[in-house]
Amino acid sequence: MPTAHTALQLDQLKVGESLPQRTFTPDNKQLFLYNAVLWNAHRIHFDHPYAIDVEEYPGLVIAGPLLGDWMHQCIEQWLGSSGRLTSIEYSNRSASYIGESLTSGGVITQIDKANRQVTLEVFITNEQGDIIAPGIATAELT
Amino acid sequence: MSSLLSDELMSAVGRTSEPHREIVTRRDIRKYAIATDSQQAKYLSGDEAPPMFHVSLFWDVVPLAELTPDGVSIDSLLPTFPLKKAMAGGLKIDYFRTIRPGDWLTATRTLSAIYEKAGRSGALIFYEVVMDIVDDENRLVIREKTTRILR
Repeated sequence: MPTAHTALQLDQLKVGESLPQRTFTPDNKQLFLYNAVLWNAHRIHFDHPYAIDVEEYPGLVIAGPLLGDWMHQCIEQWLGSSGRLTSIEYSNRSASYIGESLTSGGVITQIDKANRQVTLEVFITNEQGDIIAPGIATAELT
Repeated sequence: MSSLLSDELMSAVGRTSEPHREIVTRRDIRKYAIATDSQQAKYLSGDEAPPMFHVSLFWDVVPLAELTPDGVSIDSLLPTFPLKKAMAGGLKIDYFRTIRPGDWLTATRTLSAIYEKAGRSGALIFYEVVMDIVDDENRLVIREKTTRILR
């Protein structure tokens, strides 16, 4: 399996090939720092009693765009310096909470050799294996 | 004709925000890379901005008095919708140019669509906002389309 340290060869890529997965277990510190860099004061991300009692969530909500970052990271770690991510489309299908472990991954779905373009399905799954954020991305190999 | 989308509501489609210009700093990139648990040296050092860094660069910075009790700011681009509860949304992002410290970027947001669909437990309203980010030479750097669902 190619890694970020091995240059990807377009001819050697195959549809169905998986990208390396990575598991994240964000904690309160990371969630705080992430919302701080956004300047996001939404209390569901840091005010535990508010999240539970008022919004009736089971815990502090992991910020949705952070899952988007992890999908981007999955693609870029795989690509290394062999190309660049040109577009991504994803949705946040269901919420996740501090204490959960989430896993990023992806698979090659299409290879356009003429344009040196690779289409990927990417995802974030929860511990039950449910896809909570699906996405489709395009990368161009140099 | 749908029941939820009044002519007045639909007249908001096409509304555009004031351009918002910000500078990219190494410190802000480093904070973003660390907070998102990036493993790439070029982002952790702040030499280059990771994808989605623009989300932080153009997040609304409003006075405390303009935050709602739950800690969010009201998006002035949006009309008052008859449905209030925001559900999961989606993003489509096209990347055209690399962002580096010292870059000045300008974002302009446009409410590009409002439409209604039948959901399992009633009507849903969808809206789309397109944000175009250009550099000081007016070259497109990022185009982002956000889709939000209200129930």
